[in-house]
Amino acid sequence: MTNAARVELRHLDNLWVQVSGTYCNIECHHCFNNSGPRATTFGHMTLDAVTDAIEAASAQGVREIYFTGGEPFLNTHLLDMIANSLAVAPTTVLTNGMLISDRIADALEELSTAARYSLEIRVSLDGYTEEMNDAIRGAGVFRLAVAGAVRLARRNLLPIMTIVRTWDDADELATLGEFARVLTDAGCARPRIKVLPALPLGRELTRISGLRRDECVTDAMLDGFDRDLLMCSNSRLVTDRGVWACPLLVEQRDARLGTTLGDAVSSYELRHQTCVTCWRYGTICGNVSARIEGPDTVSAPEAR
Amino acid sequence: MRFALIGGIYSNWRALETALSDIARRHVDAAFCLGDLGAFGPCPDRVFPLLQQAGVLCLQGNYDNALAGGLADCQCGYTDPRDNYFARLSYDYTFRNTSPAHKVWLGTLPTSQRLDVNGKRVLLCHGSPRKINEFLWESTTPDGFLAFLLADAGADVLCVTHTGIKWHRDLGDGRHVVNVGALGRPENDGTPRVWYTLLTIGDTVDVEFVPVDYDHDALAADMRAARLPGEFIETILSGWWTTCLEVLPQKERARGRF
Repeated sequence: MTNAARVELRHLDNLWVQVSGTYCNIECHHCFNNSGPRATTFGHMTLDAVTDAIEAASAQGVREIYFTGGEPFLNTHLLDMIANSLAVAPTTVLTNGMLISDRIADALEELSTAARYSLEIRVSLDGYTEEMNDAIRGAGVFRLAVAGAVRLARRNLLPIMTIVRTWDDADELATLGEFARVLTDAGCARPRIKVLPALPLGRELTRISGLRRDECVTDAMLDGFDRDLLMCSNSRLVTDRGVWACPLLVEQRDARLGTTLGDAVSSYELRHQTCVTCWRYGTICGNVSARIEGPDTVSAPEAR
Repeated sequence: MRFALIGGIYSNWRALETALSDIARRHVDAAFCLGDLGAFGPCPDRVFPLLQQAGVLCLQGNYDNALAGGLADCQCGYTDPRDNYFARLSYDYTFRNTSPAHKVWLGTLPTSQRLDVNGKRVLLCHGSPRKINEFLWESTTPDGFLAFLLADAGADVLCVTHTGIKWHRDLGDGRHVVNVGALGRPENDGTPRVWYTLLTIGDTVDVEFVPVDYDHDALAADMRAARLPGEFIETILSGWWTTCLEVLPQKERARGRF
């Protein structure tokens, strides 16, 4: 028995597609779904499977489509998947940026220019120096990721740079200011930065302590709460092994709701610590967060 | 029938005055303001008598909702420190300089208006039918999603504002969605002009975006006198957005200078 609240899928606003499964070319210390070069929990999706998911979501009036993994650019059909997706909805690719060569950047620019809807590329980093970032994401990652972001920015495809908050609150403004400066100096003009909270999932679980593993979201916590801030009220994740309630819960068996989008419309019980994180921070996975808890973010501006 | 639809005034009383003069010459059946009377610009109390004397029917925007409710911020949801800094300056200034009576009046405004015109069900609101502060940008609002919003709201024609950049989508089945744009600041296109919308519903639905060339130099002087940030004044003069950039999607952001 649990006293966890249940949340209905109000509308499929966001379709998440785990195009490359858990295959990734790097192995970050805090990866929420334990992705890596040898991580076979989930596999690559076929172009047909992704096309079917896009069509099903489009028929339901999907608002945005997100491609994730692992590292999406490891899927050799990714560009075709993006083209299909952009035909019906704005599309975002979550990537570590390392595989964005000039050829890939040219192709993305072409897709973006031809599309009616926005193509967003979100590049993940974890520090504004090679030392900070590579301690978490691996040797050489910073240099390659920034090079990929610069290739995009030079084509006016302004990447959203995401960074997991791994610094003290007191260092927030200095960190973000320095991050923007480093990106600009590297040639990534007009940096767009999105801060993510650290998630108590995957490898991060082994890095943190003091976690209350029995904590869940209760009905009382949802009293007066805007449920639209919870991913499971407006999103589903499609993988090569079925459909999950939330991209963050992909390792939780109870979060697998069906084989297809059509049969994954049931409500979901918020029994995981991650659900508490989503409740606390609000829709952290979208491009524009509805609410991010953190230190006071009202500051005097840096020069542009 | 013909309607004038204005939105996002952001205290730009000079653009509002010019737009209302233009609207008066066009013999519309009614004029509606889709919300966000204050923000960004100078002397927020000046827009209220202009709207009331012209008989403009006003809806409540997120800014109006925040001012009326004494909320801590404008509810635009920024997380970027720079955007938040300017949003706070703007909100605090507008809150301080909006009279208590006007705040009360803002609190009385409806959040939506339904019209039945020639068999078309028209819905006017600020952000989206389901949320006062939901951004409906042209590049992130697909046809299928609009069809869902219209069906869900029971509407054939939906008119919104909130983003500050106009657009019109004809869904091809007699249904239309219009973002009416904003009078308060230029739409990140490098010109100082602002926009409102004429909606004509007869046998067909016709949408005309009307440019408003107003005395933006005089507004900039008002803003300097009110000690508003140079960044806001730069936007009024140049037409490029300098703040509130975080929420812009790729296409709308890439078109701008900053």
